[in-house]
Amino acid sequence: MTIDPAHEDLLRRLTPQVLGALVHRYGQFDACEDAVQEALLAAAVQWPDAGVPDHPRAWLLTVATRRLTDEVRAEQFRRRREDAVAAEPPPGPVADDDDTLALLFLCCHPALSPASQVALTLRAVGGLTTAQIAHAFLVPEATMAQRISRAKQRIRAAGASFELPPDSERAEQLGVVLHVLYLIFNEGYSATAGPDLQRVELTREAIRLTRAVRALRPDDAEVAGLLALMLLTDARRVARTTPDGRLVPLAEQDRSLWDRTEIGEGVALVTDTLAHAPVGPYQLQAAIAAVHAEAPSAEETDWPQILALYRLLERVGSNPMVTLNHAVALAMVQGPRAGLELLATLDGDPRVAEHHRLEAVRAHLLELAGDHAAALGAYRKAARRSTSIPERRHLEARAARLEPLKDEPAPG
Amino acid sequence: MKYMLLIYQNPANWDALPEDERNAVFQEVDALVAELTERGEFIGGDGLADHSQTKTVRVRDGVPAVTDGPFVEAKEHLVGYTLFQTDTEERALEIAKGWPDARHWAVELRPLMGASGTEM
Repeated sequence: MTIDPAHEDLLRRLTPQVLGALVHRYGQFDACEDAVQEALLAAAVQWPDAGVPDHPRAWLLTVATRRLTDEVRAEQFRRRREDAVAAEPPPGPVADDDDTLALLFLCCHPALSPASQVALTLRAVGGLTTAQIAHAFLVPEATMAQRISRAKQRIRAAGASFELPPDSERAEQLGVVLHVLYLIFNEGYSATAGPDLQRVELTREAIRLTRAVRALRPDDAEVAGLLALMLLTDARRVARTTPDGRLVPLAEQDRSLWDRTEIGEGVALVTDTLAHAPVGPYQLQAAIAAVHAEAPSAEETDWPQILALYRLLERVGSNPMVTLNHAVALAMVQGPRAGLELLATLDGDPRVAEHHRLEAVRAHLLELAGDHAAALGAYRKAARRSTSIPERRHLEARAARLEPLKDEPAPG
Repeated sequence: MKYMLLIYQNPANWDALPEDERNAVFQEVDALVAELTERGEFIGGDGLADHSQTKTVRVRDGVPAVTDGPFVEAKEHLVGYTLFQTDTEERALEIAKGWPDARHWAVELRPLMGASGTEM
């Protein structure tokens, strides 16, 4: 089925509003979600011929409510037969915006695995069809349908309620939502070329949803930080791969291909939040991306500034991947040996010791240090460990380039 | 991460199994596939026809040579595969350990290569 793009945008923008209103009124997230999917389908079938109704949101809400009451009647009949009592708690008055936020919290419920949180958020809040989500994640539609259906069962089983958590828990839950949006973005961003090109949709969707969250929480600095990070990263998308899907490292990218509009918006966002709010991991990562974005060439990168930001990032949200990038920045400021020493502290860390990225960064720093034989070995090891075809090609190409140099003596 | 479970058997040992034990293996596999499907992890899978049905194809200097039978003489043969996607390697190993062929012969668990990557 093909849907008019203008209709699709409208439908997807209205999805969380309609679903939020419905769950708010009737509870039963899983039944409401099914009803909204049916209403979206009805709209996709009827609107192209009949035209968009004057009040599309009310139209969708009416159709979905009708589907839901049919469902509920059948369900109530079944329950009576089983002599059970259905008691839905009466929902209190809440504003529409809070409904959308409560919906996001529900889709990112901690009882769900990250893969399920992502799938459910894309469907219930993003308004994507199961087929579109399955396509984007390269799994059969039946697999994705089952993942979504299981996620809804789990939410029901967890007895999750559709209301905003108390203020004390809200920041933590918003953190989970931001992480899910970040996962969606990365899934799309890491797609390179060829058959995966459609996954670019996921980065657009992640940015769209993050903008929606920002509209709901305009004063939250980490929401702004995440949006800035996505925009500044997405700005490099065209430059980061060749037409045949090979990866281009940051230092070798054609910076004239970077999207200046996205960079402008990202830099403005991160500059504004850093000036006004307590600093968080997304803001710092965005600030690092902004320093790269503002360098006219790789050689002119302000590495001391990036190093200072990584030191801050290690303090507010340290993890092995942060340390890896910190080591690169340290190498650029104090020389490759300093970077290699910091990397060595990760050798015993089970989260990263077997990861191809650790060997890839080590190889890069060994190459900078002029130790070509050791760099060659590390590139080969990294290539064997990678489960990404473009990354393996890139690492093998680096190794091949060093092959003729490997017998030169390493500098002391 | 997506994984392929490669399932190996020794046909002579398989033929020597009593029928009820062979049926038990089939039932266990059916139950495992049902569980993977229910959890939204199952991607696909199939059994392979007997290794005697294999055709080995080699092209040298543009000239193809097709021979009957497996290229490698071995007692254990690849008899089937299952594709699934799990959140963690622990979960993938749990599936592999529960596969009945792991008990009778052996299974290999291998991560799939993906087309996604990030610039370094």
